[in-house]
Amino acid sequence: MDLVQQVREGNRVAIARLITQAENEAPEAIAALRELYPDTGRARLIGITGPPGSGKSTLTDKLVKELRKRGKSVGVVAIDPTSPFTGGAILGDRIRMSDLALDKGVFIRSMGTRGSLGGLSKATHDAIKILDASGYEYIIIETVGVGQSEVDIVKTADTTVVVSVPGLGDDIQAIKAGIMEIGDLFVVNKADRDGAERVVNEIRYMLDLNPDKEGWHPPILKTIAAQNQGIIELVDNINEHLDYLQESGEIVNRRKERISSEINDLILKRFSQKVTEQLAREDYLEHQLDKILKKEENPFNVVDQVVEKLLNN
Amino acid sequence: MAEKKIRVLVAKPGLDGHDRGAKVVARSFRDAGFEVIYTGLRQTPEQIVAAAVQEDVDVVAMSLLSGAHGTLMPKVVNLLKEQGAGDKLVIGGGVIPDDDIPALLEAGIAAVYTPGTPTSEPIEFIKANVK
Ligand SMILES: Nc1nc2c(ncn2[C@@H]2O[C@H](COP(=O)(O)OP(=O)(O)OP(=O)(O)O)[C@@H](O)[C@H]2O)c(=O)[nH]1
Ligand SMILES: [Mg+2]
Repeated sequence: MDLVQQVREGNRVAIARLITQAENEAPEAIAALRELYPDTGRARLIGITGPPGSGKSTLTDKLVKELRKRGKSVGVVAIDPTSPFTGGAILGDRIRMSDLALDKGVFIRSMGTRGSLGGLSKATHDAIKILDASGYEYIIIETVGVGQSEVDIVKTADTTVVVSVPGLGDDIQAIKAGIMEIGDLFVVNKADRDGAERVVNEIRYMLDLNPDKEGWHPPILKTIAAQNQGIIELVDNINEHLDYLQESGEIVNRRKERISSEINDLILKRFSQKVTEQLAREDYLEHQLDKILKKEENPFNVVDQVVEKLLNN
Repeated sequence: MAEKKIRVLVAKPGLDGHDRGAKVVARSFRDAGFEVIYTGLRQTPEQIVAAAVQEDVDVVAMSLLSGAHGTLMPKVVNLLKEQGAGDKLVIGGGVIPDDDIPALLEAGIAAVYTPGTPTSEPIEFIKANVK
């Protein structure tokens, strides 16, 4: 049986293999994704983002368990940073999800960013499609611990949950700088610690400065993920948001935006490959560099020539 | 096509309560450019195999101190085979008496490392044996 059919039937070895192929940009992965595409778009996509150590993985673990109680199957894509120096990574999100390993209704995949800067990995979108096509009803995406500008998750998930915790000091500043706008839901985790209420108030204050997004007023919830507290409310609120997206028709807008940004990325990627190939092929640049140094040529002309060549190819 | 990255599950089966050794191994594997999936303490063979399948790792590296290597390591090999993932390289390390090593190799563990082995050894072994 071929890989695509096995993925459709939920075969775990096949799902895992196809994700690997997509990560390695194997040509057969692109062919398979093309074939699977009509089976995607059914899953509800939830993004979990927030600073390092804020409890994203612990929350994910508890969310999955609550969704399982409600009879839903869940895929998880958990992303950790790749070292820019060695290309290696330690992907540790699974540590918090050990007792989900044996649940047949759960599939967890860890991914390294592999040079991608937006808080996701290069193949996150492919992994989501593969899990979606194989029938997982909810897919939770845990981003790398974000600083401030890593906000690709908002272009990826239906519902984005922004996690913060008390006691990070300038954490709220970071939120202010970029991720305030992307939250559909705010979670103040580690509410067992001092200062949770203050963080809630600060977020509420920041939200009041922003007009409601698309008629949705983002709720702010307190959780103690480590003690499984606040999780039922969180799942209820996520579901409410998803229902809101559907009833308001906003889901269509979001998905259109997502597809258009994905197409944009794919086109850019293909061009950038071509440019790299072209420049490598002819030693063209090397030759021009000498001329530019002698001021017989300038970078702007060279760019014009290269682009023209590419477009005529 | 992007360069294939070697993915390694570093697992700590058995009941002993600390994972210093496993963490040292995980870091050295990362520094060698591998993607290391680290699953934490006290994993059962079933959990290790489930994670190895979902993560589609090339290598399962087990670190053991508890003396239960004789049963736990071969069990992982067998479960992988049962689940259609028998192509993964399984290696092990820890306090393992020399006398026990032949039986482990016989059971399908590709290499066994005892304390004091430089981490460059498993790293070279993995690079040489992952297809
Ligand atoms: N006190 C307290 N600790 C918590 C809570 N939730 C999680 N933790 C602890 O916080 C630490 C980090 O939790 P993780 O779930 O790994 O955090 P993370 O955001 O996934 O971390 P990265 O993926 O590394 O960014 C762990 O030691 C958890 O046990 C909580 O509600 N209260
Ligand atoms: Mg995490």
